[in-house]
Amino acid sequence: MESGMKAAYFDNNATTPLDPRVREAMLPWLGDLHGNTSSVHSFGQAASAAVEEARARVARLLGTSPPELVFCGSGTEANNAVVFSCARSTDRPHHLKHEHHLVISTLEHPSVLAAATRLEGQGAEITRIAPGSDGRVDPARLLSAVRADTSLVCLMLANNELGTLQPVREVAAGCRDLGVPVLCDAVQATGKIPVDVAELGVDYLTIGGHKFHGPLGAAALWIRAGLELDPLLIGGGHERRRRASTVNVPAVVGLGVAAELAAEELPERARMLAELRDRFERGVSRLDSVAIHCADVPRLPTTSHVAVAGVQGEALMIRLDLAGFAVSTGSACSSGTVEPSSTLLAMGMPETEALSSLRVSFGIFNTADEVDGLLGAFEREVAALRELAPAAS
Amino acid sequence: MNELTAVAMSGGLDSSVVAWLLARDEPVVGLSMLLWDRSSESAHGRCCGALDLTDAKRVAQQCGIPHYTLKMDREFREAVVDPFVDDYLAGRTPIPCTACNTWIKFDLFLERARALGAGRMATGHYARIVEGGEGLELHTAIDTDKDQSYYLFELTQEQLGASRFPLGEMTKPEVRELARQAGLVVSEKGESMEICFVAGGVREFVEEQVAERPERFAGAAVGAASTVVDSSGTVLGEAEPYYRYTVGQRRGLGVSAAERLYVLGVEPARNRVTVGTGDELLSPGLTGERTHWIGAAPAVEIEATVRIRSRHPGVRAAIRPAGDGTVEVEFGSPQFGVAPGQAAVFYDGTRVLGGCWIAAAG
Repeated sequence: MESGMKAAYFDNNATTPLDPRVREAMLPWLGDLHGNTSSVHSFGQAASAAVEEARARVARLLGTSPPELVFCGSGTEANNAVVFSCARSTDRPHHLKHEHHLVISTLEHPSVLAAATRLEGQGAEITRIAPGSDGRVDPARLLSAVRADTSLVCLMLANNELGTLQPVREVAAGCRDLGVPVLCDAVQATGKIPVDVAELGVDYLTIGGHKFHGPLGAAALWIRAGLELDPLLIGGGHERRRRASTVNVPAVVGLGVAAELAAEELPERARMLAELRDRFERGVSRLDSVAIHCADVPRLPTTSHVAVAGVQGEALMIRLDLAGFAVSTGSACSSGTVEPSSTLLAMGMPETEALSSLRVSFGIFNTADEVDGLLGAFEREVAALRELAPAAS
Repeated sequence: MNELTAVAMSGGLDSSVVAWLLARDEPVVGLSMLLWDRSSESAHGRCCGALDLTDAKRVAQQCGIPHYTLKMDREFREAVVDPFVDDYLAGRTPIPCTACNTWIKFDLFLERARALGAGRMATGHYARIVEGGEGLELHTAIDTDKDQSYYLFELTQEQLGASRFPLGEMTKPEVRELARQAGLVVSEKGESMEICFVAGGVREFVEEQVAERPERFAGAAVGAASTVVDSSGTVLGEAEPYYRYTVGQRRGLGVSAAERLYVLGVEPARNRVTVGTGDELLSPGLTGERTHWIGAAPAVEIEATVRIRSRHPGVRAAIRPAGDGTVEVEFGSPQFGVAPGQAAVFYDGTRVLGGCWIAAAG
């Protein structure tokens, strides 16, 4: 990158930049204000009031009531909490059910996949449902795996790599008939498309503030009224005994404001993000042998997933970064190196195509000029790579 | 704009200083190789450890350069680790660092760096590349204690042309002093002397690899105690499995004798280790294979200084190349511990002419 040039950020599915309005709202809690929400005195009361205000804001975004929300440290924690909680019998809490069965999609975030794998190691039975080549799970296939004794079904609302929307409503309706609870990981979808827990009909839903211009370190777990949660973290009585830990007040305040802004601006954001994405996809599809994955499937307006034939996605990603454009080769949760995405392999994509893929994800602070800059760099770097390895393309 | 140079950053002191030196006045990208992922093990101070990669990232930030980690563990296993195990199982004494230089650092890494737009690569090796009358020459480092030219004898003209060794003109204390002055987070880090992927002993490593992938090491017989014999074939006792021993070794034999005993040879087929006195370990020369010349290959016998292991001071020898890549080396005076699997590297003064892999002593 030329010195002095500002890099353009197109990896908003990994994390988003903090909205300055959110930062403003957080600053008092990083400055003069402080308090433990459990404390009885005036400091605790002020902290508690701020957290409850945030809870109300998040509740409005999700179409629910505040008491059903538990603040957590991350989406991963929230997902882990639900998966592990459901693996314990309700009559004998803290004991793993002997005949425990989960149905999960292979598209799930690693925080669900790995939690399920751990349960499997402890004797649980896991049924894993792969998506079709369109990046969507077939609801009928998933439901056919659900039994009356299934403890939990996990289906995310939008996939983090492809952006494809999943048939959560259909699956939840089918599970309701069987009395099987559904966890919907809505971390990637929230703030980008409408997310209404009543309309989805699920039982648990998780969101994370930093995916929609809120701060890191604040997430929320929605639990349908009447359902229990066997807490992951135990100790103090915070969050009505469902998540021990002193509440991260500044982050939660930020999450609340980010939720409020997302609720207010959602239609405008969705339109603007789709415009940026379409601008990028129009430009990139003019290049030779570039495929846009899942273009005809309902998906997030933020996410574009492309395969460039004959080009290593890793090399292209690094070249773009050196040129001042941050994109991703897939989900960001590995050790910083690149493996073929398990999501793409699960769709039946060949390894070479999976390795030649890039994810470009847009946020509300991206501009059309940045997209045009990215397109120029994309064309240059793809040409350079193809020149180095002409035989491969 | 200047050509982009890729610095191979291990997270150690030497390559960190290279990154810092070059980043002061030219475009640089730091690249680390993930070669042997054992992130579950505590791995600080080993060249592929996760914590060392973190150090590399921190140093890159200090240098103000971008840094990426390239996953090359499959290739490393195939080109370096598996042949290393094969060699021990075949009774040879491998040099994985040379294999890594030849197949990973100056081949695959260079290719990957070029794909990222780098024209050249730089490493923290202590050696020098010099423009000679007939092409590029590889020379020993100024700091003879740190010299690593022995491990680089298989480099080609093309590879030398694409490589830079900025530390070849410096001493280790100077390098450390530079790191201190720059405030690099690795400035007090120690040396990584052992084989980077072997955490414990070689025996344990070989057995672990065979157990992990029996299909790759089919036919390997591991675990059985070896028979120790003298050079006349008389059985002296039992010892650890044969692959625990290398020619010239004198520890861990478990047999007592009036004279100090050394390993003379290792026979995998019979799980037998032959031992003898220091005099018996002397060889008049060696037969080499897969000979490589950095410049033009000599058509006739030449005389050069030969080093038969990395810390060997060198001996004058006559080198007779055959057409098929083999070579006969006749030492000016008999040498201890000519070990099959090690490299014999040929020097003319400070210049590395080339080298070969030792097939047999004598």
